[in-house]
Amino acid sequence: MPEPLLEVKDLKVHFSTDDGIVKAVDGISFSIAPGETLGVVGESGSGKSVSFLTIMGLIRSKGALISGEVLFRGQDLLKLPSDELRHIRGAKISMIFQDPMTSLHPFYKVGAQISEAIRAHQDVSKKEALNQSVEMLRRVGIPRPEERAKQYPHEFSGGMRQRAMIAMALSLNPDLLIADEPTTALDVTVQAQILDLIDRLKEEFDAAVVMITHDLGVVAEHCDDIMVMYAGKAVEYGEARDIYYNSHHPYTWGLLQSITRIDEDLGERLRPIKGLPPSLIFVPRGCAFHPRCPYVMDVCKQEVPPLLPSAGHHSSACHLSLAEKERIFDQEVAAQR
Amino acid sequence: MSVQVTERTEPPAEPSPRGEPLVRLRGVKKHFPITRGIIFQKKIGNVHAVDGIDLDVYPGETVGLVGETGCGKSTTARLIMRLMDATEGEILFQGQDITKLTPRKLRPFRREMQMIFQDPYASLNPRHTVGSIIGAPFHLHKTVPKNKVKDEVRELMELVGLNPEHYNRYPHEFSGGQRQRIGVARALALRPKLIVCDEPVSALDVSIQAQILNLLEDLQEEFKLTYLFIAHDLSVVRHVSDRVAVMYLGRIVEVADGKTLYETPKHPYTGALLSAVPIPDPELAAKKRRIILEGDVPSPINPPSGCRFHPRCPRAQFPTCKEFDPDLEEFHPGQLAACHFPLEDRALMEATG
Repeated sequence: MPEPLLEVKDLKVHFSTDDGIVKAVDGISFSIAPGETLGVVGESGSGKSVSFLTIMGLIRSKGALISGEVLFRGQDLLKLPSDELRHIRGAKISMIFQDPMTSLHPFYKVGAQISEAIRAHQDVSKKEALNQSVEMLRRVGIPRPEERAKQYPHEFSGGMRQRAMIAMALSLNPDLLIADEPTTALDVTVQAQILDLIDRLKEEFDAAVVMITHDLGVVAEHCDDIMVMYAGKAVEYGEARDIYYNSHHPYTWGLLQSITRIDEDLGERLRPIKGLPPSLIFVPRGCAFHPRCPYVMDVCKQEVPPLLPSAGHHSSACHLSLAEKERIFDQEVAAQR
Repeated sequence: MSVQVTERTEPPAEPSPRGEPLVRLRGVKKHFPITRGIIFQKKIGNVHAVDGIDLDVYPGETVGLVGETGCGKSTTARLIMRLMDATEGEILFQGQDITKLTPRKLRPFRREMQMIFQDPYASLNPRHTVGSIIGAPFHLHKTVPKNKVKDEVRELMELVGLNPEHYNRYPHEFSGGQRQRIGVARALALRPKLIVCDEPVSALDVSIQAQILNLLEDLQEEFKLTYLFIAHDLSVVRHVSDRVAVMYLGRIVEVADGKTLYETPKHPYTGALLSAVPIPDPELAAKKRRIILEGDVPSPINPPSGCRFHPRCPRAQFPTCKEFDPDLEEFHPGQLAACHFPLEDRALMEATG
């Protein structure tokens, strides 16, 4: 097992609001090795974006109570003063977001925006930075990068904008790229292109990637490990194979069954997860998923299930016995797929 | 199944067992002028958003419309709803051409067709309560006496899975999925025959998508609804649709029933779309060979000559594809595609293992 690049231990992010404490992230732990891709899957409000914004040091709200450890190459990012963190953010860890139009500045030329990122971390001339920007645009597959660098974001299509964002994120050769729903706003054809691009660049730059998504379908072929989050907690964590072929948590089953598959038999009715994700202020007692869980038992309403390993580093937080989980997965989840 | 999309000059191959189409599009075009100048506006070109579409939608069926951003699928929906006026062509609703009706004559037709939008938040007035949003159609069309509206709205809310006690709440108090249910309830209020769903689940989480898709399915059965279902996600479209029409740059390039389209796509664009759909299974996904399309959709201002797909097509042969615009031809019963060099029947199956 290689030395982890990023190791997160018991990260908690709570916000105190007038209505009570919002437990946006409530004790998650995971690690990523160089060259690995971690998929983080969950519904809106499960805490997946907040976790990584915190890791990037981008949660600055006064009401935020952050605890735990975020070790990046052994150094705890949560304890770093903000000017030191700034050297890491952007240069060593960078992030791309769902909507590339709102994360690019509409008044500045694309090349200038990438140059700015480069010049914030490297002591190079404007001209040199612009040359590097053009080179990055070329590497992410933008045709005629010299001309494109002189254009504004609105002159780019959605897919091109996301490529420009990726170019910016990779311009400083980061060790870790965090992609927050990078393809949700894009067409399937463009989605396939962008995911392939991230895979290819990961190899080329020898970076680790975190792929945040709500759709288990999208990340199947791109992730080594997957963490499934629900109501601020990791409910299942393991290798991609474990999650798709031997999942141990009813929430993951629900996610798998909700996906419309292009290769399914027609006439199959979808089996969505009933109900809605809980409010993070009033998280249900016991297992947070119990009000929506078809296999709920009395113990689920009282005790929070711990995240326990079953084999390797595959772990799940559910009170069902391992034998039960395997039986249900094989008979009810896998059989349908 | 009969041929639903035909050349305008030809009569349908055989009378359809489902009778008259509810909606029939013939040669429908929508061009948006591009102008230059502030006071003296000069027309310098056209955006060919929809450029000659023939499509029939039969009562009780769901027709899916797929394509990339900018292919004209939403414009087509708006033309059918007559939220825009077509530049050319006929749109028949129950046999009556609605493109030239006066607003007054159009009114009874409006009741029969409703729409559900992509962004459930943007399509609900944030200052109105849910009760007044869902009740608005009753006030406009006066199908229900005023004192009964409230009961009717509560019934609708229950029907779409909302708590009727939330009658006085505002849209921001609901989650995305619930807001979409509000949109569905509003569309259902006047008991329309046709509901045009424009990307109804694209903005929702997967688990909620499935809830809404099941809801739409149940409502279709209960009220014998006809859906025109627009989405860019082929797996969602295939799941809900009886027939699927694939659009590219303002044209329909292929139509078939869901099974045929998936198993034996004829148009290379359909093949590429299908191959780009992610499969939630790491092993199958790794085996699958993708047809990666180069570049973006060309500008609809100056669509390419000949077959519009030829600059991105992996099978294009020159000069045929560049010079001749292919017509829709029948390949399997009910399957039409516009391509000079269509895919072989086995091609995609092999590509996906």
